Amino acid sequence: MKPVAFSYHRPRTLDEALALLRSEPDCKVIAGGQSLIPLMNFRLSRPGALVDINEIEGLNRVEKTDGGLRIGALVRHQALAEHPLVREVCPVLAEAAGHVGHWAIRNRGSLGGSLAHADPAAELPAAMVALDARFEVASADGVRQVPARSFFLGYLMTDLAPDELLVAVHVPAQTGRAFGFHEFARRPGDFALAGAFAEVGPGGAGAVTWFGVSGGPERCELTFPEDAAAREAAFAALVEPFDPGQDAPYRRHLAVQAAERAYQQAVGGRG
Amino acid sequence: MSEVQTKVRIRLRVNGAEHEVDVEPRWLLSDVLRHQLGLTGTHVGCEQGVCGACTVLVDGRPERSCLMFAVQAEGHEVTTVEGLTPAEGLSPLQAAFQAHHALQCGFCTPGMLVTAEALLRENPNPTEEQVREALSGNVCRCTGYQFIVDAVLAAAREGRS
Repeated sequence: MKPVAFSYHRPRTLDEALALLRSEPDCKVIAGGQSLIPLMNFRLSRPGALVDINEIEGLNRVEKTDGGLRIGALVRHQALAEHPLVREVCPVLAEAAGHVGHWAIRNRGSLGGSLAHADPAAELPAAMVALDARFEVASADGVRQVPARSFFLGYLMTDLAPDELLVAVHVPAQTGRAFGFHEFARRPGDFALAGAFAEVGPGGAGAVTWFGVSGGPERCELTFPEDAAAREAAFAALVEPFDPGQDAPYRRHLAVQAAERAYQQAVGGRG
Repeated sequence: MSEVQTKVRIRLRVNGAEHEVDVEPRWLLSDVLRHQLGLTGTHVGCEQGVCGACTVLVDGRPERSCLMFAVQAEGHEVTTVEGLTPAEGLSPLQAAFQAHHALQCGFCTPGMLVTAEALLRENPNPTEEQVREALSGNVCRCTGYQFIVDAVLAAAREGRS
């Protein structure tokens, strides 16, 4: 099938884009389009207008800030995976970005698009929750800051209003905490059956952020037991309430194993 | 609802040539390449970004032409499998595909060639694992992939000698 007809806008400035988001009643933002266009090809999504933000200057930068990194919404997954600053300041984010889709998808898919789409099995929303990132959300009225931990509201739902655009994320530098990441997918590039970010601080205090096993990223704080069997029991208790849909016992099992491998990576100092 | 646009005139740069075409904004790049420009080397399989048959280079990087509207390609350099093929004969990569029997029905071949060409430009000396990772987004239902991987590794070896 082919997408339904829509009117197409390609603003050159952020202000122009924000004005269009307010004046066009039935519009969607298109960035990389790697989730939106499949939905439109199958006519599951039928926006009346698209606001294409790809030609807006300055949305694809990665900058070092006082507290960490500011990453523009148009940074492509492949660029995120390879960027020297991201690899230096936040290696776990670079690693997770390398797991998004396949090469051709990563070359076009954007960070902001993945976050705004909020697929529960996607890596980057969970990464933002795990890393306690803050989102810069712009509208014609100005900019507001939204913590990643209150941005994701459930399956494909976020705190973004229809006239708002996610323009950048701020990822704090991770001091005193080690991160690890692991995911299980049927094939490399597939959406995760279950995945986890582990965050380990002094004395084993930390958290696990899961994805792919519920309606969105799930962050649970815990003190990691040193004993492996006790850790597994702790993870199993935390994932018990999640509803992964099909194959729930199997997926919860994978979630426990993903958490363990992410934990091992974190304490091994490779996170 | 705002008025839906009909056709817009765009300039596309494909395989080094400029084309002026009238397109509806909803037309996919894959369809415009095939139906407006007659470049039928780019194949259309799944139209959801999974199969990789429609892969083209956009500014040198492999991207899915079924997950991009033709209007969005304005101002960018698009390269299709036709653009990777010499006027006479085959490119070294294409010759390696032939020599190693890396195709049967040929449906996936353009996407495989485009992706592998981009890989070898970026990394002329890939490991087998890197070849498999680069091609993991391209589905082939005939060959079992082994001969495709062999062909890409052989082309890399030839490129070095």
